[in-house]
Amino acid sequence: MKISEIVTLLNAKIVCGEEFTDREIERAFASDLMSDVLTTPFDNGVLITGLANPQSVRTADMMDVSTIILARKKKATEEMIELARENDAVIIECPLSVYHISGILYEHGLSPVY
Amino acid sequence: MKFEYHVEGGDFLNAGNASGNIKKVLKKLNVDPGVLKRVVVALYEAEVNIVAHAYRGNITADISPQKIEIVLDDEGPGIPDIGLAMQQGYSTASTKVREMGFGAGMGLPNIKANTDDLKIESVVGKGTKITLSFNLA
Repeated sequence: MKISEIVTLLNAKIVCGEEFTDREIERAFASDLMSDVLTTPFDNGVLITGLANPQSVRTADMMDVSTIILARKKKATEEMIELARENDAVIIECPLSVYHISGILYEHGLSPVY
Repeated sequence: MKFEYHVEGGDFLNAGNASGNIKKVLKKLNVDPGVLKRVVVALYEAEVNIVAHAYRGNITADISPQKIEIVLDDEGPGIPDIGLAMQQGYSTASTKVREMGFGAGMGLPNIKANTDDLKIESVVGKGTKITLSFNLA
Protein backbone atom coordinates (compact mmCIF):
# COMPACT_ATOMS: atom_id res chain seq x y z
CA MET A 1 0.00 0.00 0.00
CA LYS A 2 1.38 3.42 -0.95
CA ILE A 3 1.67 6.17 1.67
CA SER A 4 -0.65 8.29 -0.48
CA GLU A 5 -3.36 5.61 -0.17
CA ILE A 6 -2.94 5.54 3.61
CA VAL A 7 -3.35 9.30 3.78
CA THR A 8 -6.51 9.15 1.66
CA LEU A 9 -8.04 6.23 3.59
CA LEU A 10 -7.48 7.94 6.92
CA ASN A 11 -8.32 11.41 5.66
CA ALA A 12 -5.07 12.36 7.37
CA LYS A 13 -2.44 15.05 6.93
CA ILE A 14 1.22 14.64 6.01
CA VAL A 15 3.32 17.06 8.03
CA CYS A 16 6.72 15.87 6.88
CA GLY A 17 8.02 13.87 3.91
CA GLU A 18 5.42 14.86 1.29
CA GLU A 19 7.94 13.86 -1.38
CA PHE A 20 7.84 10.19 -0.32
CA THR A 21 4.12 9.43 -0.79
CA ASP A 22 4.89 6.85 -3.51
CA ARG A 23 6.77 4.70 -0.99
CA GLU A 24 5.29 1.19 -0.59
CA ILE A 25 4.32 0.12 2.94
CA GLU A 26 4.14 -3.63 3.59
CA ARG A 27 2.95 -3.92 7.19
CA ALA A 28 1.97 -1.99 10.30
CA PHE A 29 2.66 -2.10 14.01
CA ALA A 30 0.84 -0.07 16.66
CA SER A 31 2.33 0.80 20.05
CA ASP A 32 2.95 3.68 22.43
CA LEU A 33 5.71 1.69 24.09
CA MET A 34 8.96 2.21 22.19
CA SER A 35 10.53 -0.72 24.05
CA ASP A 36 8.01 -2.95 22.27
CA VAL A 37 8.79 -1.34 18.92
CA LEU A 38 12.48 -2.08 19.51
CA THR A 39 11.74 -5.80 19.86
CA THR A 40 9.60 -5.99 16.72
CA PRO A 41 11.30 -6.00 13.31
CA PHE A 42 9.03 -4.48 10.66
CA ASP A 43 11.18 -2.95 7.90
CA ASN A 44 9.17 -1.10 5.27
CA GLY A 45 6.37 -0.80 7.77
CA VAL A 46 4.41 1.99 9.37
CA LEU A 47 4.39 2.78 13.08
CA ILE A 48 1.01 3.82 14.45
CA THR A 49 1.46 5.57 17.79
CA GLY A 50 0.11 8.20 20.12
CA LEU A 51 3.60 9.05 21.34
CA ALA A 52 4.33 12.52 20.00
CA ASN A 53 7.94 13.09 21.00
CA PRO A 54 11.32 12.69 19.25
CA GLN A 55 11.74 9.18 20.64
CA SER A 56 9.04 7.81 18.36
CA VAL A 57 10.91 9.17 15.32
CA ARG A 58 14.26 8.01 16.68
CA THR A 59 12.94 4.54 17.52
CA ALA A 60 11.37 4.18 14.09
CA ASP A 61 14.69 5.13 12.50
CA MET A 62 16.55 2.49 14.50
CA MET A 63 14.09 -0.12 13.19
CA ASP A 64 14.35 1.15 9.56
CA VAL A 65 10.72 2.23 9.70
CA SER A 66 10.34 5.46 7.80
CA THR A 67 6.63 6.20 8.20
CA ILE A 68 4.89 7.22 11.43
CA ILE A 69 1.19 7.84 11.92
CA LEU A 70 0.42 10.00 14.96
CA ALA A 71 -2.99 8.97 16.26
CA ARG A 72 -5.48 10.61 18.64
CA LYS A 73 -5.09 14.18 17.32
CA LYS A 74 -1.44 14.26 18.44
CA LYS A 75 0.70 16.86 16.72
CA ALA A 76 4.29 16.43 15.61
CA THR A 77 6.68 18.74 17.45
CA GLU A 78 9.27 20.85 15.61
CA GLU A 79 12.01 18.55 16.94
CA MET A 80 10.19 15.52 15.55
CA ILE A 81 9.82 17.10 12.13
CA GLU A 82 13.46 18.17 12.04
CA LEU A 83 14.62 14.68 12.98
CA ALA A 84 12.25 13.07 10.49
CA ARG A 85 13.60 15.30 7.69
CA GLU A 86 17.15 14.24 8.52
CA ASN A 87 16.06 10.59 8.23
CA ASP A 88 13.88 10.98 5.10
CA ALA A 89 10.93 9.88 7.20
CA VAL A 90 7.24 10.61 6.76
CA ILE A 91 5.02 11.82 9.61
CA ILE A 92 1.26 11.65 9.21
CA GLU A 93 -1.14 13.24 11.70
CA CYS A 94 -4.54 11.62 12.11
CA PRO A 95 -7.35 12.54 14.51
CA LEU A 96 -8.57 8.94 14.82
CA SER A 97 -7.70 6.50 17.63
CA VAL A 98 -5.04 3.81 17.20
CA TYR A 99 -7.81 1.19 17.12
CA HIS A 100 -9.74 3.02 14.42
CA ILE A 101 -6.67 3.64 12.25
CA SER A 102 -5.58 0.02 12.60
CA GLY A 103 -9.07 -1.20 11.66
CA ILE A 104 -9.21 0.88 8.48
CA LEU A 105 -5.73 -0.11 7.31
CA TYR A 106 -6.27 -3.79 8.16
CA GLU A 107 -9.59 -3.81 6.32
CA HIS A 108 -7.83 -2.46 3.24
CA GLY A 109 -5.17 -5.15 3.23
CA LEU A 110 -2.23 -3.77 5.21
CA SER A 111 -0.69 -6.75 7.04
CA PRO A 112 0.08 -6.95 10.74
CA VAL A 113 3.63 -7.83 11.79
CA TYR A 114 2.28 -10.89 13.61
CA MET B 1 38.26 3.10 13.72
CA LYS B 2 37.11 4.80 16.93
CA PHE B 3 34.19 7.14 17.62
CA GLU B 4 33.33 8.89 20.87
CA TYR B 5 30.14 10.57 22.02
CA HIS B 6 29.02 12.29 25.20
CA VAL B 7 25.54 11.71 26.61
CA GLU B 8 23.84 13.90 29.23
CA GLY B 9 21.47 12.34 31.75
CA GLY B 10 17.89 13.56 31.38
CA ASP B 11 18.43 15.00 27.89
CA PHE B 12 15.64 13.14 26.12
CA LEU B 13 15.64 15.56 23.21
CA ASN B 14 19.05 14.27 22.11
CA ALA B 15 18.70 10.68 23.31
CA GLY B 16 19.64 8.54 20.35
CA ASN B 17 21.97 11.04 18.63
CA ALA B 18 24.99 8.82 19.17
CA SER B 19 23.12 5.72 17.99
CA GLY B 20 21.85 7.57 14.92
CA ASN B 21 25.40 8.70 14.07
CA ILE B 22 26.90 5.25 14.53
CA LYS B 23 24.12 3.79 12.37
CA LYS B 24 25.14 6.16 9.54
CA VAL B 25 28.81 5.21 9.92
CA LEU B 26 28.06 1.46 9.86
CA LYS B 27 25.83 1.88 6.80
CA LYS B 28 28.66 3.67 4.97
CA LEU B 29 30.98 0.82 5.93
CA ASN B 30 28.50 -1.65 4.37
CA VAL B 31 28.12 -3.64 7.57
CA ASP B 32 25.74 -6.58 7.10
CA PRO B 33 22.15 -5.23 7.57
CA GLY B 34 21.27 -7.93 10.12
CA VAL B 35 24.27 -7.08 12.29
CA LEU B 36 23.68 -3.36 11.79
CA LYS B 37 20.11 -3.69 13.09
CA ARG B 38 21.31 -5.58 16.18
CA VAL B 39 24.01 -2.97 16.87
CA VAL B 40 21.71 0.04 16.61
CA VAL B 41 18.90 -1.53 18.66
CA ALA B 42 21.24 -2.59 21.49
CA LEU B 43 23.15 0.70 21.40
CA TYR B 44 20.00 2.83 21.34
CA GLU B 45 18.53 0.93 24.30
CA ALA B 46 21.80 1.41 26.20
CA GLU B 47 22.04 5.10 25.26
CA VAL B 48 18.46 5.66 26.46
CA ASN B 49 19.44 3.94 29.71
CA ILE B 50 22.17 6.55 30.31
CA VAL B 51 19.70 9.38 29.62
CA ALA B 52 17.05 7.72 31.80
CA HIS B 53 19.14 6.64 34.78
CA ALA B 54 22.60 8.27 34.86
CA TYR B 55 23.94 11.81 35.29
CA ARG B 56 26.18 11.65 32.24
CA GLY B 57 28.16 9.16 30.23
CA ASN B 58 30.49 8.48 27.33
CA ILE B 59 30.06 6.10 24.44
CA THR B 60 33.08 4.73 22.61
CA ALA B 61 32.61 2.62 19.50
CA ASP B 62 35.56 0.64 18.21
CA ILE B 63 35.01 -0.80 14.75
CA SER B 64 37.37 -3.32 13.17
CA PRO B 65 36.83 -5.72 10.25
CA GLN B 66 36.32 -8.58 12.75
CA LYS B 67 34.33 -6.95 15.49
CA ILE B 68 32.33 -3.97 16.73
CA GLU B 69 32.83 -3.18 20.39
CA ILE B 70 30.87 -0.37 22.06
CA VAL B 71 31.52 0.76 25.62
CA LEU B 72 28.96 2.89 27.46
CA ASP B 73 30.53 4.26 30.64
CA ASP B 74 28.31 6.37 32.87
CA GLU B 75 28.44 8.32 36.12
CA GLY B 76 25.26 7.52 37.96
CA PRO B 77 23.56 5.61 40.74
CA GLY B 78 24.77 2.23 39.49
CA ILE B 79 22.79 -1.02 39.48
CA PRO B 80 22.51 -2.68 42.93
CA ASP B 81 21.34 -6.06 41.59
CA ILE B 82 22.32 -6.76 37.98
CA GLY B 83 20.51 -10.12 37.96
CA LEU B 84 17.27 -8.41 38.93
CA ALA B 85 17.81 -5.61 36.38
CA MET B 86 18.21 -8.24 33.66
CA GLN B 87 14.77 -9.66 34.39
CA GLN B 88 12.09 -8.85 31.84
CA GLY B 89 9.61 -6.38 33.35
CA TYR B 90 11.79 -5.12 36.20
CA SER B 91 12.20 -1.35 36.05
CA THR B 92 13.18 1.57 38.25
CA ALA B 93 12.33 4.16 35.58
CA SER B 94 10.71 7.48 36.45
CA THR B 95 7.36 8.72 35.17
CA LYS B 96 9.26 11.01 32.78
CA VAL B 97 11.06 8.01 31.26
CA ARG B 98 7.75 6.16 30.84
CA GLU B 99 6.25 9.20 29.12
CA MET B 100 9.05 8.87 26.58
CA GLY B 101 7.89 5.37 25.70
CA PHE B 102 10.44 3.46 27.77
CA GLY B 103 10.78 2.08 31.29
CA ALA B 104 8.91 -1.18 30.87
CA GLY B 105 11.84 -3.30 32.03
CA MET B 106 12.65 -4.48 28.54
CA GLY B 107 15.86 -2.60 27.74
CA LEU B 108 18.58 -4.78 29.27
CA PRO B 109 17.00 -8.08 28.11
CA ASN B 110 16.70 -6.61 24.61
CA ILE B 111 20.34 -5.48 24.69
CA LYS B 112 21.39 -9.01 25.67
CA ALA B 113 19.24 -10.51 22.90
CA ASN B 114 20.91 -8.32 20.28
CA THR B 115 24.58 -8.63 21.27
CA ASP B 116 27.04 -11.47 20.74
CA ASP B 117 28.54 -10.62 24.10
CA LEU B 118 27.35 -8.29 26.85
CA LYS B 119 29.38 -7.27 29.88
CA ILE B 120 27.89 -5.17 32.69
CA GLU B 121 30.04 -3.76 35.49
CA SER B 122 28.41 -1.51 38.06
CA VAL B 123 29.37 0.21 41.30
CA VAL B 124 26.51 1.59 43.37
CA GLY B 125 26.89 5.35 43.81
CA LYS B 126 29.52 5.60 41.06
CA GLY B 127 28.20 4.33 37.77
CA THR B 128 27.81 1.57 35.25
CA LYS B 129 29.99 0.37 32.39
CA ILE B 130 28.38 -1.72 29.69
CA THR B 131 30.35 -3.36 26.90
CA LEU B 132 28.47 -4.52 23.80
CA SER B 133 30.28 -6.81 21.37
CA PHE B 134 29.25 -7.90 17.88
CA ASN B 135 31.16 -10.31 15.66
CA LEU B 136 31.60 -9.36 12.02
CA ALA B 137 33.74 -12.18 10.73
